[in-house]
Amino acid sequence: MELLTLVFSDSHILRCTAVGILVSLCAALLGVCLVLKRYSMIGDGLSHVAFGALSISFALNLAPLAVTIPVVMITAFVLLRLSDSGKIKGDSAIALIASTSLAAGVAAASLGGGGQIDVNSYMFGSILLVGKEEFLICLPLAIVVLAVFVLCYHDIFLVTYDEDFARASGTNAAAYKTLIALLTALVVVIGMRIMGTLLISSLVIFPALTAMRVFKSFRGVIICAGFTSVFAFLLGLLISFAAELPTGSSIVLADAVIFALFFMVGKVLKRS
Amino acid sequence: MSVILKAEHICVAYEGKKVVDHVSFEVEHGDYLCIVGENGTGKSSLVKAMLGLVPTCCGKAVFNLKDGKRRIGYMPQQLDEQKSFPATVAETVISGCLSGMRFPKIYGKKEKQTAEEYMKYLDIYELRHKSVGELSGGQRQRVFLARALCAADEILVLDEPVSGLDINAAKDLYSCLEKLNREKGITVVMISHDMQSAMKYATKILHLDKKLLFCGKKEDYLLSVHSKKLLM
Repeated sequence: MELLTLVFSDSHILRCTAVGILVSLCAALLGVCLVLKRYSMIGDGLSHVAFGALSISFALNLAPLAVTIPVVMITAFVLLRLSDSGKIKGDSAIALIASTSLAAGVAAASLGGGGQIDVNSYMFGSILLVGKEEFLICLPLAIVVLAVFVLCYHDIFLVTYDEDFARASGTNAAAYKTLIALLTALVVVIGMRIMGTLLISSLVIFPALTAMRVFKSFRGVIICAGFTSVFAFLLGLLISFAAELPTGSSIVLADAVIFALFFMVGKVLKRS
Repeated sequence: MSVILKAEHICVAYEGKKVVDHVSFEVEHGDYLCIVGENGTGKSSLVKAMLGLVPTCCGKAVFNLKDGKRRIGYMPQQLDEQKSFPATVAETVISGCLSGMRFPKIYGKKEKQTAEEYMKYLDIYELRHKSVGELSGGQRQRVFLARALCAADEILVLDEPVSGLDINAAKDLYSCLEKLNREKGITVVMISHDMQSAMKYATKILHLDKKLLFCGKKEDYLLSVHSKKLLM
């Protein structure tokens, strides 16, 4: 209880919590589409690219977000094309790009960073890295993501489900996919501060998979993913304060426990 | 009878390799056309090119539909990953109605009625709250047929609708299609591997081997040399 009052009396922590809730919600919604379209690796690849871009911009004394956001958005666009073209196997192409950027990031951090960048906190995240800038980007981002999902819900459903059918009946599937990839890029860049490079993809993947254990309708999955994601974030945040653990890892562990619970509930429901 | 679909010199190539070579044909209102040919002879590519899903090198397909709207009921080949997609029967079927709608797309009474009507027609109304993944292959194909019907009531384009179905489920689906073709006058364009059924139900046959080998009435096709190879 003492912990709670302490947490919620600090305006910085409150702001970080707000960013976390919004990012978790957006990641969960976008994650449902990415997981179902077999693009979940894109989230992982983007986080590595974001790390590389961040380190390099620190080493060169550039504004970190102003460099990282456009770089990651362009990468998202390219990765989407790669996954669709089928010329190079999409997942191996993503792995190549991801490990190269990670390596470049680590190299840049040790060459030019000179102690300015704490690689550890970027790898595994820290909620204290969230600043005013993140908050200012996060709020409109969340509004856009929610607006897209509410206003274009049925189109998103159809494009995620069956792209060929959607296109044959006149839906602009490519535009929706690009939009989802670009929004994912933004979510990854912001969420990376909290979750870290290595753990951010779980924010995208876990809620969707958790929801799919129990819910069998698209609407159910979307709503449930949003709720479990925010719940896991808050639970993980509390655990991290109480046990003095890194935020990212506590959130992922909370996600994993919720997944296990839903998995068992799903099994029981199936039997009955 | 009037022409509903006119394909002119359609060519499709993947990485410089031609898979569909100058194919032209016409489909009339109320036709039941089966596209036949061996594997890898460009059947799916031709259909996808007609629908604008793959780019063509040259040629085009023109659909001549009433009130000029592009309302085509397409039933793609089902991918494995779509079988476990979390969607209920009702969600899936009504999503076909989206093609005739404008932003913001919210289902009204009309869309709900259309979906209900086709679910009842194809005998899947009782399953409407079930997940598509829990259905049998035959039921699932009827769900996708109902969705295609919601998208269009004049022409259906189907890509191997019976592949993976057992004999009885395939028979059911064929009789659904026959009923739609006879009773509602819906034009059917179907890719088929199943020559026996193609010969039984179709009124027209299109035989493809990258180039167009034959397109015309079934009776004429049976007399032609091209039918011998596939009907062996």
